[in-house]
Amino acid sequence: MPTPTPRRRLLALTAALAGAAALSAPAASAAGRADAVRTGAPSSYIQQAHAAAGDKTLTVATNGSIDSLSPFLAQRALPTAVHRLMYDFLTNYDPKDDHAVDALATKWTTSPDKLTWTFTIRDGMKWSDGQPVTADDVAWTYNLMMTNDDAATANGNFVANFAKVAVDGNNVVITLKQAQSTMLALDIPVVPKHVWESHVADIGKFNNDAQFPVVGDGPFILTGYQKDQYLTLDANPNYWRGKPGFDHLVFKFYKDADAEVEALKKGEVDFVYGLTPAQYDSLKGQSNITTNKAPGKRFYALAVNPGATTKDGQAFGDGNPALQDQQVRQALMYAIDTKTLVSKTLGGYGTVGGGYIPPIFGTYHWDPDSASAYSYNPDKANQMLDAAGYKKGSDGMRTGKDGKPLSFRILGETNRPDDTQNAAYLTEWLKAVGIGATTTIVDQGKLGDTETAGTFDLAFDSWTVNPDPDYVLSIQQCDMRPKAAGKSFAGDDFICDKDYDALYQKQITEYDPAARADDVKQMEQKLYSDAYINVLYYANALEAYRSDVIGSWDKQPQPEGAYWGQDGYWAFWSAKPAGTTTAADGSTVPAAKKSDSSNTGLVIGIVAVVIVVLGGGAFLLRKRRSTTAEERE
Amino acid sequence: MSISSPAPLDAVAPPPVPGPAAAVRRRGPVIPPRYVAGRVAGAAVSMLAVVFTGFFLFRIVPGDPVRAMTRGRPIDADQLAALRHQFGIDKPLVSQFADYVSRVARGDLGTSYQYKTSVSGLIGGHVWATVYLVGTATVIAAFLGLKIGVRSAWKHGSRSDRANTGLALVLWSMPTFWLGLIMIVVFSVGVGPIPGMFPTGGMTDPDVHGLFPVVWDHFRHLVLPCLTLVAVVYAQYLLTMRATLLEEVGADYLTTARAKGLRDDDVRRKHAVPNAMLPAVTLVFLNLGTAVSGSILTETIFSWPGLGSLFYEALTVPDLPLLEGLFIFFSAAVILMNLLAELLYPILDPRVRTT
Repeated sequence: MPTPTPRRRLLALTAALAGAAALSAPAASAAGRADAVRTGAPSSYIQQAHAAAGDKTLTVATNGSIDSLSPFLAQRALPTAVHRLMYDFLTNYDPKDDHAVDALATKWTTSPDKLTWTFTIRDGMKWSDGQPVTADDVAWTYNLMMTNDDAATANGNFVANFAKVAVDGNNVVITLKQAQSTMLALDIPVVPKHVWESHVADIGKFNNDAQFPVVGDGPFILTGYQKDQYLTLDANPNYWRGKPGFDHLVFKFYKDADAEVEALKKGEVDFVYGLTPAQYDSLKGQSNITTNKAPGKRFYALAVNPGATTKDGQAFGDGNPALQDQQVRQALMYAIDTKTLVSKTLGGYGTVGGGYIPPIFGTYHWDPDSASAYSYNPDKANQMLDAAGYKKGSDGMRTGKDGKPLSFRILGETNRPDDTQNAAYLTEWLKAVGIGATTTIVDQGKLGDTETAGTFDLAFDSWTVNPDPDYVLSIQQCDMRPKAAGKSFAGDDFICDKDYDALYQKQITEYDPAARADDVKQMEQKLYSDAYINVLYYANALEAYRSDVIGSWDKQPQPEGAYWGQDGYWAFWSAKPAGTTTAADGSTVPAAKKSDSSNTGLVIGIVAVVIVVLGGGAFLLRKRRSTTAEERE
Repeated sequence: MSISSPAPLDAVAPPPVPGPAAAVRRRGPVIPPRYVAGRVAGAAVSMLAVVFTGFFLFRIVPGDPVRAMTRGRPIDADQLAALRHQFGIDKPLVSQFADYVSRVARGDLGTSYQYKTSVSGLIGGHVWATVYLVGTATVIAAFLGLKIGVRSAWKHGSRSDRANTGLALVLWSMPTFWLGLIMIVVFSVGVGPIPGMFPTGGMTDPDVHGLFPVVWDHFRHLVLPCLTLVAVVYAQYLLTMRATLLEEVGADYLTTARAKGLRDDDVRRKHAVPNAMLPAVTLVFLNLGTAVSGSILTETIFSWPGLGSLFYEALTVPDLPLLEGLFIFFSAAVILMNLLAELLYPILDPRVRTT
């Protein structure tokens, strides 16, 4: 008896479709959860905002991740940047040159003994739920971080030197344990006390993502978040500095940078940052895309193991003793051709290294003069090494004081592609001056373990610097070394130079900006001649945006600066939608909504797929029938 | 597994009309209780071993979670110590292990270091995304692979066999990452006359409301990652099915079946395929088990918010509670699916009942 094939097919197909629907339903409902929370929100603000037609949305592609949306817990770069948009800080950094400007505080004064700072809080500011922003909110936020370990997780470092924070009418009065010149660089989001009071009990686990919109006072209001998918913000119409130009700001999470670039080309996102030179080049000259090459805020250095020691000076680890000789360290730097590293590893997108603070921070950046700069000079390196007593053998390689061949271990990190390439160059250049080298490229965890144990000679090292350079300067002090051998420490490279430490103490108590900048430059000079932390280059920040969506927006600093990673909210706050685009014939037409075209394409595509599937199915069915018929014969 | 290549039974073994012997056998329980008890006990022991190894396995991962999490952040030594204390990693290993066991025994997978939220909540929030993508892809790939595998074996050596096997192998050897990017460039951005039809990544768009738009939005996002995953994995089903069925093709009982005048389709479907089914079933269930652990590569290239990438993120810190929780969860899924497959064998193949 022949089987009723078509009916069975139909049954199978129905079952398969039902299965897929069953699978997608929970996913859909999971995605719908955020909406459910939204509709349950007390204010109808969101629905109104979304109902408005012609709203302008700026979509940012990010491959960052969010550990927490609580300003007390978040430690990663992305949530920290988002908090800048959601909450105002006491002060802000000028978009042109990074000097401190007013934000929550409109003015500030210091006492003659330098220990008391009085900040006057702006009048008439309101939280997004209509409550006034007061000095009490500021004091409450700071006090919570000073008294609660969990609340200190993210920004505790900023209040570590606070003795007391009090409210005096419209003023916040901060009393310090010792003078601190970084008081205008307190990057602490101030939260509304009336909202957060109820979360103190579970502050270590409250991630600020339970109810949207999140009450804030920044230029944008957080309206939704789906982990690893998107984060949405709406413009704050009542922001004191003025309403942002875009009505909505969306962060779309990507895990692959190449996919981000494709999304920008397509117009699915309007801004990408953190591009590699190859990606940047591929976007150059594309229609409706503007690229931006900005001086970076990060330095990339070669750290030399100075001979690991604890705070008490107890030595540990097995760093090569030759590197404790300043002449050897300096010789190394003469042997390295940093210009080649910039042109090859960075594809030209960077600047040759000098002082510890990158040139983008003009106030604090220091550059060696041409006489003292380590410009590539293998002959000089050879002379210095000879003079230091490391003689070359007949094979051209040098011998250490222990009689063994002089050789250094280079340590790098797998997810920093620069390291692998630079290590290869370094090996060649060291060999040219008679020094052997072995390279180990490991993951971030292993790298940390090896550095902590002090079992390396040379390691690649990179830090992002803030407009106030205090933190990166602080990590190179004697006191930042570990308490005990092999224990994790807050410092960077076991450096201990008493002169440097004295300069650090001087700059942290110096309230005159110009005098402090001088101290900082002297510290950089010290680090440079010590040659423990040798800045090889500062890579450019490479980014690109859709010029048919974003008409104009502010860089920081100006004229040469970046849109992403600003200290402040300037780019997103100042961004203005592009009003019109220029058509091929030169006439201007209103900017089309991007999704329209992609929807049309989608419909065409689906129709094509359906035709192919049906056609193919019919063909197979006919073929099948004919074979069966044949075989029956 | 000893049952991976079943020898053909006697000529009329899978009888379309049950003989008296079969009738007798049918009277007994389809799955013997002792068999069930043995398999369940085995699964329980495996689960216990997983819980124990889960703890020690991830202590070998290098790196200090506190240092990794606070990397590049202004932080002092006291804060580092406080964090270490909060996570309980300043305690001796033995007492950490005791904490872990008592926690897991209570069904508590702990709190993620980096996300400051419960591990079970994180897994719950990501598991559907993964099951939705990898589950759908596994079902489609299995269906497609088995179907083509049967045809290829039945007409082995034919042009269609060679073409199908060749294509499957080519796709199987393609780097997932590369194939995914090509998919994005061609079908998402659009090349030449092909319009950019699908999103470049993600599972949903923000601001989609209403049942139909939400389902539609999910579907558009699913197409490319699912297609990529199917293309890369369907070969294994195809080749397994083809290989086992090939062993049956020349068997005497098939000749007998043909001699009785059965249609070729029926010979294949009712006689040959059931005898070649066991390895394929094992494969399908194993893959359904690993489906929850996701596919890190596909999830990464299409920015899919699944468990695979969550695991990867946890590994880089290392976020120990999250790693342990995911490990237990992944292992439990594989053990469970294996158990289901083993319980299914006696139903699919009577020979298993007697062993």
